[in-house]
Amino acid sequence: MSPFTSGFWNIWITALTLGGIVFCLFLLRMMSRRLPALDPNSATGHVWDGDLQELNHPLPRWWLIMFYLSIAFGLGYLSLFPGLGDWEGLLHWTSRGQYASEQAAAEATLNPVLQKYAAMDLLQVAQDPVAHEMGQRLFLNHCAQCHGSDGGGQRGFPNLRDQDWLYGGDPVVIEQTILNGRQGQMPAWGNVLGAQGVHEVVNYVRSLSGAAHDATLAAAGKTRFDMLCAACHGPEGKGNQAIGAPNLTDKTWLYGGSEQDITQTVTFGRHGQMPAHKERLGAGKVHLLAAYVYGLSH
Amino acid sequence: MASATDPAGGGSLYAAAPTIYARAVQGYYARLRWLMVLITQGVFYGTPWLVMDGHQAVLFDIASRRFQLFGLALWPQDFILLTGLLVACALSLFLFTAVAGRLWCGFACPQTVYTSLFMWLEQITEGSWTARRKLDAGHWNLNKWARKSAKHALWGMLALWTGISFVGYFTPIRNLVPSLLARQAGGWETFWVLFYGFATYGNAGWMREQVCKYMCPYARFQGVMMDADTMTVSYDPVRGEPRGGRSRQSSDHGLGDCIDCHLCVQVCPTGIDIRQGLQIECLNCGLCVDACNSMMRRQGSPTGLIRYTSERLLARAAPSCPGCASNGAPVCGTVACPAPHPLLRRRVLLYTGLLLVVVSALGGVLLTRVPVRLDVMRDRAVMERDTPDGSLENVYRLQVLNMSHHARQFEVHVSGVPGVRLGSGVHRLAVPALSSAQLAVDVDADLDALTQSRSLIVLSVQATDDARVQAYSKTQFFAGLGRQFSSTRSHSP
Repeated sequence: MSPFTSGFWNIWITALTLGGIVFCLFLLRMMSRRLPALDPNSATGHVWDGDLQELNHPLPRWWLIMFYLSIAFGLGYLSLFPGLGDWEGLLHWTSRGQYASEQAAAEATLNPVLQKYAAMDLLQVAQDPVAHEMGQRLFLNHCAQCHGSDGGGQRGFPNLRDQDWLYGGDPVVIEQTILNGRQGQMPAWGNVLGAQGVHEVVNYVRSLSGAAHDATLAAAGKTRFDMLCAACHGPEGKGNQAIGAPNLTDKTWLYGGSEQDITQTVTFGRHGQMPAHKERLGAGKVHLLAAYVYGLSH
Repeated sequence: MASATDPAGGGSLYAAAPTIYARAVQGYYARLRWLMVLITQGVFYGTPWLVMDGHQAVLFDIASRRFQLFGLALWPQDFILLTGLLVACALSLFLFTAVAGRLWCGFACPQTVYTSLFMWLEQITEGSWTARRKLDAGHWNLNKWARKSAKHALWGMLALWTGISFVGYFTPIRNLVPSLLARQAGGWETFWVLFYGFATYGNAGWMREQVCKYMCPYARFQGVMMDADTMTVSYDPVRGEPRGGRSRQSSDHGLGDCIDCHLCVQVCPTGIDIRQGLQIECLNCGLCVDACNSMMRRQGSPTGLIRYTSERLLARAAPSCPGCASNGAPVCGTVACPAPHPLLRRRVLLYTGLLLVVVSALGGVLLTRVPVRLDVMRDRAVMERDTPDGSLENVYRLQVLNMSHHARQFEVHVSGVPGVRLGSGVHRLAVPALSSAQLAVDVDADLDALTQSRSLIVLSVQATDDARVQAYSKTQFFAGLGRQFSSTRSHSP
């Protein structure tokens, strides 16, 4: 397909390129025809530094031949490769095609390795030093942007080195998380609870992990918690890995554990998103990654 | 404009380069040239075969991005050394040229050296310069075929061996030669062996002086480095002129010492007549000096009609030189006399001084070089995180390059802010010899100890076996995100 909106530019470029070559040929012919005999030892009259003279030596003929050879090379190149407008070239070379063939060559060497590990159990893969190195490189390329180079996470992105798992830390579950991604949804309760209600719930939630709180407010908050929050976080606030509801009784806080942070979370809700990597990386690489991530905490 | 019917057959901006049949010559400078050929080629062909501690002593390992030089491993990070080396080479070239003209061209340049070797092979197969000229002019008979084939076969072998030696600097030569023989060498290795071999064959066999005349940039700018005191191969016209043949019987012929035997022209590898003065083609090889001296000895005249001398010394030897006033002031007004000592000129002293500075700087860098490098990459996305114990944490990726020949353990340290410390995780890193490894480390700091949202900290690594082997890198510790610091607090009302 032509990248231009009209065929004119193809003709323009072709004419300009070929015209340039023809002009070079004409120029060479003109400059190499016979001229009046020059005395090779006569000076051109150019003098530098008082006594440095330039003589009228003709250039060697091989120099001229090299010009013609460059023209022949240029014509050969232009016929083999795309260069003249939308002419594809006799070799049908494209940068896209080269990329595809290099990609295929790289995959041909990588696939047997990936297949070897795909057949192995994740716990076994996690013990393999080569798989660990490959997994680390994959992690640094694809995961470290959010979870950090050390897998320690950051606000909004879970720590992968501890024993606290939103969806479960079993290797197979980790693989599922990477393959298909996760959507973590905490609804906004600000309108339902009102400012005072949020205040009470926050105090109760903080009391679950033994953080500083107001006991009276917390007691009031417990009623509201049982009614609205327990459905996902459980009656004891220990969370539910089936839907990714966090455990509220530990000191691990995905979005911050201060009163201010929790108030924000309860009032406006949170939406966490782990992208799916099945299409992006393929199952073979995800297998290595899952083993590496599992190894971070074991 | 020119008429096309030029009676003399016309010239052209281009002309076929005439083949030069240089006559072989013996003498002091010819011997010196052969000595230089032996030295430079001994070094070139021999160096790749040297072994040190079980490794090739000199190996420019492009694939691993590492140069091995007699136990010293140089990395891309040491590039400044190469810069220094090139500057030193350039300065020494300037120095040699200022003192004695194109010494490099005449005695050490690969183009000249290989041309000498190829001409030697030519002489073995095709005979002397007159025999070669006759052979080329003659018909293609069996003799000509045999001699030409033998010459090109010898040239080809020498060129191929040169290509192999060249590639042997970049890929281990002890593996290269067997793999080439078994035709299992890699594509690039084979290409470069053939390409360099072909370039040697073409340049030293066919192109020869054409390379110096039309392709070499150095030949073109050498003139600016010379002055009236530079020693160049020069013909002494005062002694030589008027030139001409003479009868042996009479000494009263009114001619100069030059008998116009053309020996100096016949031996010249670039085909010039040195008696026309210093020319851009002259390589300063001194072969015409040898030729002329041999003829002068035969004539019973003093040698040195063509000699290494300077423009000023030649002028002073002329009878037209008015001499200098008793106080040493010049009276001719053309060149400043008396001549300074050839080595104590301002230009020579300047080049020497600069060369000494660069060489000592290079030596200093080499001697104080620490064989470890540390690169710290701060995690871009992870600005900071709260740890369960209430402190702040930043993540850094450390890339440690062990440039030495043995494996090492490195210990990570951090400083720069009161109370700054390494977080949980591993703080020790094993790096294999001549290799690099990376480690992600957490750095913790207390909010109370920080005065601004970005603080400068220093991460360092130190070898466990040698405390002097250490490297550090400065980086930022982030604690932003709307926090209040004592310094910003003082600005607010």
